[in-house]
Amino acid sequence: MRLRPILLIATLSGALLLSSACSIQPWVKPYERDRLADPIMAWDRDAISNAYLDHVRESREGSRGATGGAGGGCGCN
Amino acid sequence: MAHRHIFARAAVIAALLLIRSTSADVLPDNRADVFYSKYSGGGMDITGYSATARAKITENFAVEANYFIDKVSGASVDVLSSASPIKDERRQKSGTLEYLHDKTTYTASYMSSVERDYISETASFSLSQSMFGDLTTVTLGFARTNNTVGDNGGTSNKPDVRWVGHALTRAYSGGVSQIITKNFIAGVNLQVITDAGYLANPYREIRFLDGSTRGYGLASQVYPDTHTSTAVQVQAKYYLPYRAAVTGLYRYYNDTWGVIGNTYELDYTHPIRNQWIFEGRVRYYKQSAASFYSDLFPFQFAQNFTARDQNLAALDNTTIGAKITYAFLPDGWKIFKRGTVTGDVSRIRFNYHDFRDNKDFGVAQGFAPGTEPLYQFNATVYQLYLSMYF
Amino acid sequence: MFSTSTLLKRCAMAAIVVASTAFAASGDASGPAPAFTLTSLSGQPSGLSAYSGQVVMVNFWATWCGPCQQEMPLLDQMYKKYKPAGFTLIGVNVDKEAPAVKELLTRKPVSFPVLLDPANQVSKAYHVDEMPSSVIIDRKGQIRYIHRGYKAGDENDYQDRIRQLIRE
Repeated sequence: MRLRPILLIATLSGALLLSSACSIQPWVKPYERDRLADPIMAWDRDAISNAYLDHVRESREGSRGATGGAGGGCGCN
Repeated sequence: MAHRHIFARAAVIAALLLIRSTSADVLPDNRADVFYSKYSGGGMDITGYSATARAKITENFAVEANYFIDKVSGASVDVLSSASPIKDERRQKSGTLEYLHDKTTYTASYMSSVERDYISETASFSLSQSMFGDLTTVTLGFARTNNTVGDNGGTSNKPDVRWVGHALTRAYSGGVSQIITKNFIAGVNLQVITDAGYLANPYREIRFLDGSTRGYGLASQVYPDTHTSTAVQVQAKYYLPYRAAVTGLYRYYNDTWGVIGNTYELDYTHPIRNQWIFEGRVRYYKQSAASFYSDLFPFQFAQNFTARDQNLAALDNTTIGAKITYAFLPDGWKIFKRGTVTGDVSRIRFNYHDFRDNKDFGVAQGFAPGTEPLYQFNATVYQLYLSMYF
Repeated sequence: MFSTSTLLKRCAMAAIVVASTAFAASGDASGPAPAFTLTSLSGQPSGLSAYSGQVVMVNFWATWCGPCQQEMPLLDQMYKKYKPAGFTLIGVNVDKEAPAVKELLTRKPVSFPVLLDPANQVSKAYHVDEMPSSVIIDRKGQIRYIHRGYKAGDENDYQDRIRQLIRE
């Protein structure tokens, strides 16, 4: 298939780009995460309450899914 | 009778929320909550009580358990056949395990929801990976639910439940969260949910013109036996310099039943020192009706699929909510690191564009079928909870 | 040759591996420890030069960092234990504002020196890429080991390294 070598080149250049993109340094340093670590910046400060509100909405609406959030915070390990 | 199913199904969906509150780099603090909630509106009163506790067993391993009871009473607009008020109770239990290894958090959970005429069990698994200097978090998840649906032909006090069908739900989710600046974080979530089996609410009925005195007859709904939906949500949170946070989100939903939903929400969080947090929220939701929905069919078998469930009608709703958290133990006491009490009130106005109020209005009041006023109602949701961090 | 789908799968996996392992783990390090002068909470200037000839551990911490709080009492114990043998621990705090630091240290005091780095100059100089980070410097002023993050039991690791360097 003539498509194969094109796909090959595209994938390899994509992988190369991705690995070189990873050599960009993270621009927010771990010691600059004070604001992101503040509890008011959490996506779900009270997960139980948010889950309950989602439950109320989904019982009365025709939509469902894709709610919630992850990540952020202090980035400590 | 009627409405409990919808709450049960929604609880199941809530269990499918895999992209909730995970931080891939450190397991969250130990915490216990006792929670009280009340939903009041549209002729229904639903009171919920719940207790949750989560604790780290080792540095890398945490468990969480939750027990929730909700009790419903009342009669909503679409139930005509029962003159007696309904009373029903639903019990939900769930357990979650979280394991953190390097920058990855693995979560497995199980939930069961049981009421007289609806049983549901969900198993879910998700993975959350922190990468690129902890600026990016990628989450993937899968959940599977088995539902057993029943029809209570008796009353609340003397039930007579006949099991009418099963449904299987599978949910696939993915999300990316990205720190943009030291004040700004954004994210996108995608969730595809597919169900198969008995998907209707057996208590809701369609109405069709039949030339009777009332003007219309009632019959069972006929739903397709499959349903696939896709939802995409984009959200962002920004830290304001004087110490406050503003959050915006937009969600687009569509499914194979023809429902298209758009959700817009804006939140503002304002803390005062270490002791108070005030939060306000505004939400607007609008949806188009399912393709097989109609408030009034011209005759009983007008279409292959027929529905008159309010949830599938064209509607919009607006919510205004406020939340206050007070830390009565801001710096801890003995084994507790912090203790807070929170009150939250939401007021929701529902407007239906093609669902009519045939409970309060009919031929007797001078309304021919299909000319009754469009239904609208207000609901208030109260929450009160005590949270102890340890 | 491999089929296109196998190749795509392998490239995707390689990319994921590269992306996810782009963070550094704790390990041996080398190079001279950059000199610095910072002020303490009470306003007294101090720096690395005040402790030349000793084994020094520079611990980067913040009031908003959970694992940092967890390791503080253990660092304090370690400091008291090895101080007579020629060891010192400098806590470099990276908070933007001093009041929160003062409040925390009043509630949970430590005996090792704490210096404030609100402009993050020292954090940058030491290429801090994880919170908390502990940099262990030998008697000659050379960086020997960088420990990133904190998990229960890491203090044993610190102690092993410190003992090794004290004996040199």
